[in-house]
Formats: sequence, structure tokens, C-alpha cells
Amino acid sequence: MRPALSILFFTTLSGAGYGLWFLCGLVLAVHAGHPAVRVPMFVALATGFVLTTTGLLCSVGHLGKPLRAWRALSQWRSSWLSREGIAAIVCALVAIVTAVLVFDGSAASQRLAGIVLVANAVVVVFCTARIYTSLPTIAAWCNARVLPAFLALAFATGATCWWLLAAASGLALPAWPLIAAAAAVVATACKLAYWRRPADAGAAEGTGAATGLDRFGRVRSVEAPHSEANYLTHEMGFVLARRHAARLRRIALVLLGAVVPLAALAALVLPAAGVALAAVATTAAAVAVFVERWLFFAEARHVVMRYYGTRHIG
Amino acid sequence: MTCLPAPAKRKLGLVIDLDTCVGCHACAVACKEWNDGGDFGPLVDENTRGAEPFGVWFNRVHSYEITRPATECGGEAPARASAATMSVHFPRSCLHCETPACVTVCPTGASYKRAEDGIVLVDEDKCIGCQLCAWACPYGAREFSARHGTMQKCTLCVDRIYNKTLDEADRQPACVLACPTHARHFGDLGDETSAVSRLVAERDGYALMPELGYRPVNRYLPPRPRRDGSASPATPAPETLDREQLPPMLRWLDRVLSR
Repeated sequence: MRPALSILFFTTLSGAGYGLWFLCGLVLAVHAGHPAVRVPMFVALATGFVLTTTGLLCSVGHLGKPLRAWRALSQWRSSWLSREGIAAIVCALVAIVTAVLVFDGSAASQRLAGIVLVANAVVVVFCTARIYTSLPTIAAWCNARVLPAFLALAFATGATCWWLLAAASGLALPAWPLIAAAAAVVATACKLAYWRRPADAGAAEGTGAATGLDRFGRVRSVEAPHSEANYLTHEMGFVLARRHAARLRRIALVLLGAVVPLAALAALVLPAAGVALAAVATTAAAVAVFVERWLFFAEARHVVMRYYGTRHIG
Repeated sequence: MTCLPAPAKRKLGLVIDLDTCVGCHACAVACKEWNDGGDFGPLVDENTRGAEPFGVWFNRVHSYEITRPATECGGEAPARASAATMSVHFPRSCLHCETPACVTVCPTGASYKRAEDGIVLVDEDKCIGCQLCAWACPYGAREFSARHGTMQKCTLCVDRIYNKTLDEADRQPACVLACPTHARHFGDLGDETSAVSRLVAERDGYALMPELGYRPVNRYLPPRPRRDGSASPATPAPETLDREQLPPMLRWLDRVLSR
């Protein structure tokens, strides 16, 4: 599948934003009413708003008719994309209410807002992942190992962001780097499990099954329907990623599974360098998730390419 | 509404005969021509005079070579390559599935399946061009037009088949009318007595990738057995000759040559 930049930025930025809001809600539920939480909480909620809104705007940029985007909220009965849009808007409203309550609400109301925000952030990332996992046409996505990875990566990127923002606004607790490190390790494990799934059927092997002609013998495409690329080969016949997959996976694994936990451990030893180390961890997690998401799209094979066989165009 | 309607009795669709299709692409061209000027057109192309023209087509004709496994050819490789291979031309278009995920994934309600005849259509005024439906379609039936900013697909020539201004014989999809070998048949596959349903029953018509659960309406008729034994052996019966009917001169010639 062609890794469209608009969708990459959408899923990674909004994933980090909802991960950050998840952590905001969690911290608020535990430390509601604590005056030291106030400023970092507001900064984090605002940063989450910028991240999720930028992500959603990127996704709107993917549309052929961006001005009609509002129509996407109508089919929540059947479409995960529609459900995600609604959940995202509700989550933004909940975050705004939470931000108001942080300054002007009772401890109980803050705690309640925090719990609602946690649940809502999970729902949005769940819906985002379900858009991909509900497609039987793409075996690499229609897989039980995708959803945990989406949730864990959103949480890991959000946790590094929280660590950075909390440390930079004067609330440097040893819990933050520990949470970030644990989240990064869990996300790395989810991704490793995903990459070790049984192999998906390749394009060439499937031509006989796709055409129903395999009962007559081995089916090979000798001539494509068109000499130049078309929408299908352009969108679904992306080969480049599978050539460089091993190296890119290593980059993502080292950044997320090693750099983030090491930076967190270093922060426990050297509290003075906390902000700098948090910035290193946040950058590493962001780059790792971007590389991972690029691979998630670019490596996936669409079943329609079986009709074209290995002789790809474009 | 992108929830699917209750299953309809009428299931309009195509039956495509892979035995008689010669891969001439007339269906694709006729489709392009009709839909360029029809109610759902135009199907604009980009860079038409350039090095890499790009455009939306509702029909795509693939060509495949099928090689039989050596064991089915008597255990050894055949002397001539043609003895073991056969060419099959394979037109690919929307199958107007009974449970099309392209419809249910649509966030806007632009994609819909008609309750009355099962045709799957896109409302170009509602489509936001998110292209999720194209990802959801295993058959490559949907192509995105960057010029329109919306998704486009086969309409089963819904603007022909009910068109009262056309002669009754012409109320068929353009691809069906254009096919020079009658490899394409249009009709109601929900009616067991219809000509297309009988054809499917007689010729063992099959659906594409049924395991994905989309329940396509269109059917493909497999290639008939070839003389070289592809599919299943069908040796032509030897010609018979009644010598007694021949004139005396030819009867003598037959006797001499048969010696």
C-alpha cells in the first residue's frame, strides 16, 4: 500500500496526542486537585489538542473533497472511519472541559473528567486501528496483532511527551521516565509480535486463487490490462518498502526499545539532565513510530495485486 | 445510509465467459465511451497525450497463461510448449457483491447498494474522496479520480438498462453489447429461471474469491476443455465414412490409398 504522508502524519500525531491525553486523564484521576499538577496538566492538554487537531487536519488533507469532510460523521452505524471522527470530536470537547476544570473545578469533577478522558482517548485510537483491522483485503492489517500495537504505540509516544512537558514545566517525578520506558518496552514487544506473525500470501502465489483458474494449473500474468500505472497499481502496488523492511525495522526497534528506556534510566541517575533526556526520548519515540507506521502501510499487500501478479507497473 | 439493505430478490449482474473472451478490450473501450457521456460521467483522463497517461476505467482485461502440472500431462514435459499451456483473458469489473465492504466502510453514505436490484453505486455529490472503499474492495472495482476528487466505479450502466429512450434490445450494459464474442451476459442472477442463471448452472459458473465473504453476484464461466487436454481431455471423435455411398471411381481411389 502506498504510504500517504497525510495518513502517516494523521495516525502518528493523533496517536501521540491521544496517548498524551490518556496520561493526562490518568494523572488527573490520581492527583486531582493537587496544585502542582495544574500548570503541567494545562500545558499537556493544550499540546494534546495541537497534536490531535494537526493529525485530523492532515487526514482531511488526504480527502479528494476536503470541504465535504463533515459528511464523514454520518455513517457511524457501519463505518469505523465515521465512528473515529465522532469519537475524536467528542474527545476534543472532553479535553477542553477537562482543561477548564483543572483551574476551576472541584477535585471530584477533575477526577471524573480524567476518567472520561482516559476512556475516550482509548476509544479514538481503538477506532483508528479498527479502520485498518476491519479490511479483509489486506492480510497484514486484518490481524489480531495490529490493534494492541496501535494502542501501545500511541501510549508510548504520549508517555514520552508527558515526561518532557511535565519535566519542562517543573513537575519532574521519577514516575514519568519509568512510565515512558515501560510503555516503550511494551510497544516494542507488540511490534515484534506483529512482525513475527505468519507470512501473508504474496501477490504471485495468489493469481490462481484470485481468478479461480488454479484448478487448471499454474496461473501466470502475461499481460497487464494497461501499459502505464493506474490508480490500483499506484495505490496498492507499492513494492519499495519490502526491499528495505529489515533495516527500517531495526531502526524503529532500536529507537523505541533501546534509546527511550536508556534515556529514562539515565534521567533517574542524572535528574539535572531530565529535560534534555526527555527531549531525546520524545524525539526517538516520534521517529520510531513514524518509521513503524511507514512500514505498516508500505509493507502491506492488497489482495487486488494478485490479479496483476509479480509484473507490477509503476 | 451505508448499512446494507435487506437482501433483494433481484440481483442484476454479469456472467463472463472465460472460454470465449478473446481479450480484445472492446468491453473496456465501450464502457469508457458510454460512461464518458452518460449520467455518471465523465471519466476524465489525465496527461492523455503525455508519456504516462492516467485515467479511470471500470473494466480491466487481464491476460493469463495457465501451465498444467507435468503429472497431468502423462508424467513428463510435453514436446510442444503449447500442449501444456492455455491463454485465458480475464475481464475484471465490479461484481456488485451482496455484502460489499466498500459500502459499509464508507463514512459518508455516498456508497450504497440499491435495495431494488442490488446495483452498487457511488453518489458523486456525497463522496469525500477518502478512498477507503477502494482499499476495502478485493476486486479492484473502484478507481479514484484525482480530477473529480471522488471515487468512481461501474454502475452496471444503470443509465442504460432502465433507459426507456433506448430500444429494448439496447437496454443492456455497454460492455455486454460491445462484446464481439458474446462473452458477456447481463441479467438477473437472483432469478433461477433467467437465462444467465441457467448459463451459470450449465457451465459451472463460479464467484471470485468467495472465501473473503463479499458474496459477489457476477459469475465467471470457466474455459471449456481444450483439444490438448487442458482442463479435462476431450479427444475429438474420428470422422466416419460410408464407402458404399461413394461413386465407383472414388471408391477405387479410397481402396488404393488405404493400402
